[in-house]
Amino acid sequence: MKTFEYTIKDELGLHARPAGLLAKAAKALDSTVTVTKGDKTVGADRLMALMGLCAKCGDTVTVTIDGGDEAAAEKAMRDFFEANL
Amino acid sequence: MNKFAGRGVCGGVAVGRISVFRRRDVQVKRIRVEDTAAELLRLSAAKEAALSQLREIYEKALTEVGEANAAIFEIHMMMVEDEDYNDAITEMIKGQSVNAEYAVAVTADNFAQMFSAMEDAYMQARAADVRDISNRIIKCLGQDMSEQHTADGSVIICADDLAPSETVSLDKDRVLAFVTAYGSLNSHTAILARSMNIPAMIGLGEEFLSAINDGDMAIADGSTGELTVCPDEEALAAAREKQRAESDKKALLQKLKGKDNVTIDGRRIDIFANIGSADAIGSVLLNDAGGIGLFRSEFLYLENSDYPTEEQQFTVYRRVLESMAGRRVVIRTLDIGADKQADYFGLDKEENPALGLRAIRLCLTRPEIFRTQLRALYRASVFGELCIMFPMIASTEELSEILDICADVRKELSAAGMEYAEDTQLGIMIETPAAALISDRLAPMVDFFSVGTNDLTQYTLAVDRQNPRLERFCDTHHEAVLRLIEMSAENAHDNGKWIGICGELAADTALTERFLRMGIDELSVSPSYVLKLRDKVRSLDLSGGGET
Repeated sequence: MKTFEYTIKDELGLHARPAGLLAKAAKALDSTVTVTKGDKTVGADRLMALMGLCAKCGDTVTVTIDGGDEAAAEKAMRDFFEANL
Repeated sequence: MNKFAGRGVCGGVAVGRISVFRRRDVQVKRIRVEDTAAELLRLSAAKEAALSQLREIYEKALTEVGEANAAIFEIHMMMVEDEDYNDAITEMIKGQSVNAEYAVAVTADNFAQMFSAMEDAYMQARAADVRDISNRIIKCLGQDMSEQHTADGSVIICADDLAPSETVSLDKDRVLAFVTAYGSLNSHTAILARSMNIPAMIGLGEEFLSAINDGDMAIADGSTGELTVCPDEEALAAAREKQRAESDKKALLQKLKGKDNVTIDGRRIDIFANIGSADAIGSVLLNDAGGIGLFRSEFLYLENSDYPTEEQQFTVYRRVLESMAGRRVVIRTLDIGADKQADYFGLDKEENPALGLRAIRLCLTRPEIFRTQLRALYRASVFGELCIMFPMIASTEELSEILDICADVRKELSAAGMEYAEDTQLGIMIETPAAALISDRLAPMVDFFSVGTNDLTQYTLAVDRQNPRLERFCDTHHEAVLRLIEMSAENAHDNGKWIGICGELAADTALTERFLRMGIDELSVSPSYVLKLRDKVRSLDLSGGGET
């Protein structure tokens, strides 16, 4: 299992569009990816749940990668967050 | 004849017959089903149908309203496929043996409530999206898919409200205008109407719907927000006259849109637009202004019942900058004072408000208000070409104080890891005679000047603009005012800075030649004057030398 923390820089936070892209990207991986904010953890492949986190600019989320090719998945997720959020 | 007043969201006059938009009522009953497997198959077929409809709407929106506005339908497609949403529906069908329609409706309510309960206004608005997609699936579960639209020819669409998908789905060539009982100026539907450039008005209230019938003749005036049902001959004639004036304007637009603001002998000038709220951007773009020369930020304060937060302001500034797509946007900081104020400022009544605690003086007296605005502006600066402009400057000392605060705010943002555009220009209004007279000292401190001719005239001539009995003493072409402008222009250019005019005089075509000869770099006027001014500039030839 691998985890990393990320602080959201996008001004609108984890809003509909990046949440949609994240769900797509997470679905494409064979690892299970979850995103945690505070005491809430949701699957990264779930659009509405991601939006339900209400993660705003400046909030820090924890991304957890489990199973499959964890190293590759972690890199993919890190790249995704850097590029989109 | 019957009149209803609402709020116009997209200008233009439409004359035609009313068609009342009736959506097939989504009435959902709870029905017990024995064969849940068959029910799940129905659901999956309905989802497929909904997705293919959404794909079509998305394609249509792409061509009609552009990618940014069409993105919402892409999100809708993803919502239809969302696992949690689908799991909840499926669980309910299996666990409670209920019909798919009911499961979808209940799930929609649950998810919409989750979004509504969020603190964030953006997320709250997503509740409407969940309902929109759910209603689509429920409709797809029914047999009769046809949305009524039987009226012949082009019609004025009247509805209680229109969802974004409904707005885009209507055949644009057959819609003369949109009129709704509810809705908000910032709804997706209002934005879509503007980008489709169809006269539209909202918020006419429930009673209007019960007073209209399919086929009634009506006038919908999107610029005033007024709907006239069964108009008399006189009203019809007036509306047709207005339409003629609009089509003349369109012809001017056809002739001049995309053309340079250049004189016969090749002198160029920027023609920008003045706006007082983010909703006017549509007309800025429609009239082909090269940028925004004056965005009055006061409305953010006047429309609020408390100081607007940094986030509120940031969202508006960002939207304006993004909509202008890299074109220059000059945002003037708060220009509020004793004669134009919001209650929560708690300002004392003044004997002489024009010379009172207003604009930059208020900001320097209450720096916390000023800093909030500056932080919002700088944060938005990365989304376009921002210029920040300070009103009512009269001395170099107050300007230094302002520039120090700006530097401080930038430092604060850097320390917090927030981005801002390093090349954000800072400039001042030249609207006091003092500023014009020391413009040689002010110019090195800033990136640009913009002349506010209304205040400059009143302060130079000592004539109260609000007093109608003084009208004959208020010579707007007074040589004293023109000399102050000329002096400011020379001092700006000697220091390599640009200068614009954003007051009423900028639109006065009798002075355009004089301004061009002074070397004014930019004229900023109401959106509707942009093309007239362009027409004037293109007719001038400065090579003759003398003034006319």
